[in-house]
Amino acid sequence: MNHPVVELACDLLIIGGGAAGCVAAVEAKERDPSLRVVVMEKAHVYRSGCLAAGISALNAYLNPGETPESFLRYAIRETVGVVRDDLTLSMAHELNAQVKRVELWGLPIPRDELGNPIKRGRASIKIFGERIKPILGKRAEASGATIVNRVNATGLAVRDGRVVGAYGFGVRDGRFYAISAKSVLLCTGGAAGLYRPSNPGKAAHRTWYSPFNTGAGLAMGIRAGAEMTSFEFRFIPLRIKDALAPTGEIAQWLGAKQINARGEAYLEKYYEHLGGKRMLTQDRLYATLMEYRAGRGPCYLDLRGVNPRKLDGTITAYLSMAPSGAMLMADEAYYARKGGEMAPVEITGGEPLVVGGHGLSGYWIDERRRTSLPGLWAAGDVAGGTPKKYASGAWAEAVIAVRDMIMEAGTLPQPSLDAGERQAEEARVFAPMDAPAELDAGDAEERLQKIMEEYAGGSSVQYGYAEGTLRLADLHLKRLAEELGALRASSSHELMHCHEVLDRVEVAQTLVAHMAHRRETRWHCYQERLDYPERDDARFMVFINSVREPDGTRRIIEHPVVRAPIDVVLPSLSDGAVIRSPRNHDDSPTYRGEES
Amino acid sequence: MGIVVDLEACNRCGTADEPMCVRDCPGDLMFIAENGKASITDNRECWDCAACVKVCPTQAIAMQLPTSLVVRGVSLTGRALKHKTTWTLRLRNDEERNYETPSTGNAPFTPSL
Repeated sequence: MNHPVVELACDLLIIGGGAAGCVAAVEAKERDPSLRVVVMEKAHVYRSGCLAAGISALNAYLNPGETPESFLRYAIRETVGVVRDDLTLSMAHELNAQVKRVELWGLPIPRDELGNPIKRGRASIKIFGERIKPILGKRAEASGATIVNRVNATGLAVRDGRVVGAYGFGVRDGRFYAISAKSVLLCTGGAAGLYRPSNPGKAAHRTWYSPFNTGAGLAMGIRAGAEMTSFEFRFIPLRIKDALAPTGEIAQWLGAKQINARGEAYLEKYYEHLGGKRMLTQDRLYATLMEYRAGRGPCYLDLRGVNPRKLDGTITAYLSMAPSGAMLMADEAYYARKGGEMAPVEITGGEPLVVGGHGLSGYWIDERRRTSLPGLWAAGDVAGGTPKKYASGAWAEAVIAVRDMIMEAGTLPQPSLDAGERQAEEARVFAPMDAPAELDAGDAEERLQKIMEEYAGGSSVQYGYAEGTLRLADLHLKRLAEELGALRASSSHELMHCHEVLDRVEVAQTLVAHMAHRRETRWHCYQERLDYPERDDARFMVFINSVREPDGTRRIIEHPVVRAPIDVVLPSLSDGAVIRSPRNHDDSPTYRGEES
Repeated sequence: MGIVVDLEACNRCGTADEPMCVRDCPGDLMFIAENGKASITDNRECWDCAACVKVCPTQAIAMQLPTSLVVRGVSLTGRALKHKTTWTLRLRNDEERNYETPSTGNAPFTPSL
């Protein structure tokens, strides 16, 4: 029962050494070298988080002519009105400075004759990002922050209503970690593995989003009673089939059109009512599913007209972010089709994710990135309300949070942890090893994924769900949660899997509660209520938030959307009504149309 | 399918305390087996991120595509050098194709990428 314990005390604890965490550590140490900064990381900061394989573009950047306001218009349109304008604007203001900063750390960014980055899409630039994570990780190390690798965070330490640190265990050494801190930043990423994986058996982890991002930080907050927002806005990527590799490289960079099995550009031909080729990201996926239902599937990105000399450049781009995508592409072009011919690339939807860097879901935070729990800040994929932030937006959020943490917590005395809470967490963490029962973490994961897949809108049911299926999801998740007391582990690695499934079930229960509350369909596929297929602006132009009660139920809270002084046109419902800010003059120019 | 380690080529990074593939795997899946060679805990947990492939100083680690994705193996090896990473993609007919990705420092000026 007694486990070796590591105790640390610091000013600023950063949980998660990914994109946001590494930049946060550097920001803190640059602002005040005397600060004691600790980064708690589940893997090793050189290759952890969703950037482990690299990236070939930064998708949140203000290209020449763009402004924070134009970025916000794009976000409002993509979220059909439900977005945090304050968070989006403050994030957008920081984007280019943080990109420049990481470039100076060694990230290669190709630039044109005028010194501007090469534009890939409206808010996207090309980068050579194969080494991005070692660049960030080494910089964080060199900053003087204490990096604690291979520690899986499990719980927040709370004393007198304030977050005063965190607990975790070593995934190799099996030690218990108790870290006290004056302020805590959570940046543990989103949650994958809630739904059945797209690929079977040995390829189950061949996913787009990191399978090692299992919602630990979300679950820690849910258990501690933090307010969460918009879990029902799941993100579902439209990806290259099988490889689950991103499509932007060919859709944006090579300009490939989406075509159906007949070779028709279906967005333009059949879905003009959704905006045609200018439709929302979610509708590109929705239209692709509709084509299949209409008997015109499968669908492809059409590379047939593209100069074959661009093939190797494309393979190179995939090598630096999704190597298996490069392998499949090369196999098809150079082996199956011999002469390096550009072939149409089949596309499909992936598994639904709770990921705040793409979707809307995560911690409910204020403009300073404070969560509803005093002492706790959140940034990156774990933070909600600001979609479309991606990697560079996570950097921006981390920097905003750290500046506030230093100001707010700088003069506080060092807190001490609550002995009773610490003992209870230690017992909870090691229960699968100390009192092993009969439930294997892998079996529990399969049960979770089956429940979510079938009753909460997995890809095999075309992402749709209804009141009745959600009721079953809720019922079976509750039963599963009760069973999880029987988890067993015989090694620290298995103990990690036990906590991954514990955390995912917590996240899944919050997700289902949110899905049940939004009785409309605002975001096709992401949030597809088969029993309420229409958008209902009068009732649901709101954020749906939740707090977990001690008995495990989720109390739902609604917050109105607060619009910045900016005009936007949402995709037409009936009359394409302009949402106007009351602070705006009537003669201000109306914004129309954005490329997604 | 994840990765395959060439037992002849793996030298567990010489005398390093922690071989680099063991250090860098984001899933903490690499370890040194009883034979003194790098090994993977379970290929079903592998994300195919190629972190171990690139960092291996002897190119002992090859990534392979899972059989459920292609019928027969296509494999990938690589080497992270100071400013670039070099890659060798071996196709099903054993044809080798070589690629380079810039990795750190100034980006080459390549408007026609």
